[in-house]
Amino acid sequence: MTEHVLKINNLRVESVSGLVLVDNVSLELKKGEVLGLIGESGAGKSTIGLSAMSYARAGCRITGGEVLINGTDIRKQDAEGRRDMRGKRIAYIAQSAAASFNPSHTIMDQVCEMPIQHGLMSKDEARKWAIELFTSLGLPNPQTFGDRYPHQVSGGQLQRAMAAMAISCRPDILVFDEPTTALDVTTQIEVLALFKKVVKEYNTAALYITHDLAVVAQISDRIMVLRHGKMVELGTTEQILQQPKEAYTAALVSERKAADHIAEDVKVEHNEPLLEVKDVRASYGSFEVIKGVSIAVAKGETVAVVGESGSGKSSMARMITGLLARTSGTVTFKGKELAPNYKHRSREDLQRIQLIYQLPDVALNPRQTIGEIIGRPAQFYFGMSPAKTKERVAELLTQVGLPVDYAGRLSTALSGGQKQRIAIARALAANPELIICDEPTSALDQLVADEILKLLKKLQDELGLSYLFITHDLGIVRRIAHRTAVMLRGEIIAQGPTAQIFNPPFHPYTENLLASVPEMRTDWLTDVLAKRQQKTA
Amino acid sequence: MFRLLITRVVLGLLTLFAISILIFAATEMLPGDVASAVLGQGATPETLAAFRLELGLDRPAYIRYLEWFTGVLQGDLGVSLTNKRDILESIAPRFGNTMFLAGFAALIAVPVSVGLGILAAINEGKWIDRVANIVSLATISVPEFFIAYVLILYFAVKHRWFPSLATVFPDMAFSTKLYVTALPAITLTLLVTAHMLRMTRSSVLAIMSQPYIEMAFLKGLPRARVIMRHALPNAAAPIIAVIALNLAYLIVGVVVIEVVFVYPGMGQYMVDGVTKRDLPVVQACGLVFASAFIILNTIADILGILVNPRLRKRNTGH
Repeated sequence: MTEHVLKINNLRVESVSGLVLVDNVSLELKKGEVLGLIGESGAGKSTIGLSAMSYARAGCRITGGEVLINGTDIRKQDAEGRRDMRGKRIAYIAQSAAASFNPSHTIMDQVCEMPIQHGLMSKDEARKWAIELFTSLGLPNPQTFGDRYPHQVSGGQLQRAMAAMAISCRPDILVFDEPTTALDVTTQIEVLALFKKVVKEYNTAALYITHDLAVVAQISDRIMVLRHGKMVELGTTEQILQQPKEAYTAALVSERKAADHIAEDVKVEHNEPLLEVKDVRASYGSFEVIKGVSIAVAKGETVAVVGESGSGKSSMARMITGLLARTSGTVTFKGKELAPNYKHRSREDLQRIQLIYQLPDVALNPRQTIGEIIGRPAQFYFGMSPAKTKERVAELLTQVGLPVDYAGRLSTALSGGQKQRIAIARALAANPELIICDEPTSALDQLVADEILKLLKKLQDELGLSYLFITHDLGIVRRIAHRTAVMLRGEIIAQGPTAQIFNPPFHPYTENLLASVPEMRTDWLTDVLAKRQQKTA
Repeated sequence: MFRLLITRVVLGLLTLFAISILIFAATEMLPGDVASAVLGQGATPETLAAFRLELGLDRPAYIRYLEWFTGVLQGDLGVSLTNKRDILESIAPRFGNTMFLAGFAALIAVPVSVGLGILAAINEGKWIDRVANIVSLATISVPEFFIAYVLILYFAVKHRWFPSLATVFPDMAFSTKLYVTALPAITLTLLVTAHMLRMTRSSVLAIMSQPYIEMAFLKGLPRARVIMRHALPNAAAPIIAVIALNLAYLIVGVVVIEVVFVYPGMGQYMVDGVTKRDLPVVQACGLVFASAFIILNTIADILGILVNPRLRKRNTGH
């Protein structure tokens, strides 16, 4: 017997086309220890997590190395042997519980499936055990919770149910693969606390994969930083946060820390409003998503709208652009009222407000060249000649920091950050006065997102643009917004200069929201939970 | 859910009503009329007019439609214009024959194509997948009578294993009936397998790339269980729809096959009716075919709702 429950030696994973995805990575886990794997997308974190179960996604192959679970190399087992270890000795918790639960079966069936199929329990025993797990994980009505289908419970509950499923065989190792990324911050905090409890109570070792240093700091004993499939640095959590040795780690740490502070140079000079929204209501069918909202954006100003999923912030963007017609209230731009439906707006009205989307992959036509994508608004709004358009495209590409010769390429070959730059250039091509940014950085990696934010700021200084910035990320708000509006269930519950919103006295919801954002210290989670307990006591 | 099911049934009935109008209108537009077809070229205008009067063809179309439709609702499909026999009585045994052949073919075709489709999906890109794809593609690419004649040539003429004519009588033994109709049933099977096989394969493949399938593998479940329990139920709705469509085709689309094998089914009866300008017969056959189509598709819709918990159960979450 070795003392390590999991030991990975010189792991190598390649894509079928020969690209090296994970290059010579080794790690070890003791019983009850949590190792955080951190890195940006493409760093190979998830691939390592799945390799620990000797599982490779379509298009990938594990080409070298050992994966020892309790001293047995799972890679050397036959299919039957691997199957026996998966779920029983090492279990997986995925990013999206909604996608990882089968929509056709009840939660109970899926939680009980593992112990029954691995021959550990009878059907009745498994059912009892599942109810016990539901109870200890704080799920509502544990006796009947399992009888529901996945679509009938909330995201946070489903994530907890997935934890119940993962520990149903009492595995030695848990692989957490970005398990809280898809959750709202207020939900994330509960789920995170629960994972911590699970690991402690069952004395399970865990690999915790995430891109958020502050999250991993709460739960892991050691952190491994990965980049391009290679290990950059491995150290205790304290050491990585306090004294990172490598430059890349230091960049990640300082970038994440920047989000905690409100930028100093934000000054509010209130010009007359450019956009004014007054008492607006809007609904999808009979469901009202915006319930009497008023907000104004002045020239050269950035106004952030924050809220959790379902708060109506994206619907507000759609309402202002006229994609979702308002049912009452007024929207005026430079004192002139805009028609509720974009179809009834003049070309000039349309040109003045542009939109940048969350997912540049989806927002750019993959069949069009970048020149066509950016040139189209220039031709549509200003009737530019082909030669003039070409000039304008080159100018715009330079403005967003891309080489001029990109005009002839397709957007599909570009990275996420570059695609978002194209989307910004397309918005600029219309010479807008207001750009509505709908979570433009939430699909991007930290460092790339930072570059995009800097670009937006630079463009604001140069062109005097106004932004209505929709986001769930309070860190971004603190850094770029002059004023902030907090949305909850279709209403704006707090609105004012950012510094004021982020300092006491808080609205209770804002306070809860702020308190839920993970901070870059290891004792943050314990602190918050202790404070909450005090309050309820 | 109950409302959803009722809506489907009501929609089916409305479609049937609309189709009855279309069928009536279409037969009205057929060139020539029954009088000249029955009396032949030599009939004088006077005799033609008298014959039409006798059949009631002189009255306006909408009145005849209403009479016909109320008759149908009471189970009266009318009387054949040419031999004066009750259409319902003539159709009943032929409809039975058609259903027998369709059922026979379906019993072979549905399990074979769904099974092969699943096999092809889990062995994507391997030889069984390729063979299934090529063979099924080949069978839908050649005309149906061609397959029928090739089968007759090989199994009936060369080897004399099966009869080339599928003649059945009402008092025939069940086993003999199966034996006699084997060749047309196999022909039909070959015709409908491709569509169902390909749909099953692509639906299962689409599901296999879902995260919950990956999760099922990571739970350490056997491959067979992952496919049968986790993939199939989610792929069921499109498979059911395409099966219904093909079952309907087995009932409605057999005209050519019935002619080739001289099988006394509905298809032949309808073709006879068309050549003799026997409008009530054509209308009755059309209505029966349309009903089969609509009933099967409605059943598929209802099953599609029943297999989907998101439609079956009301959402109680947030």
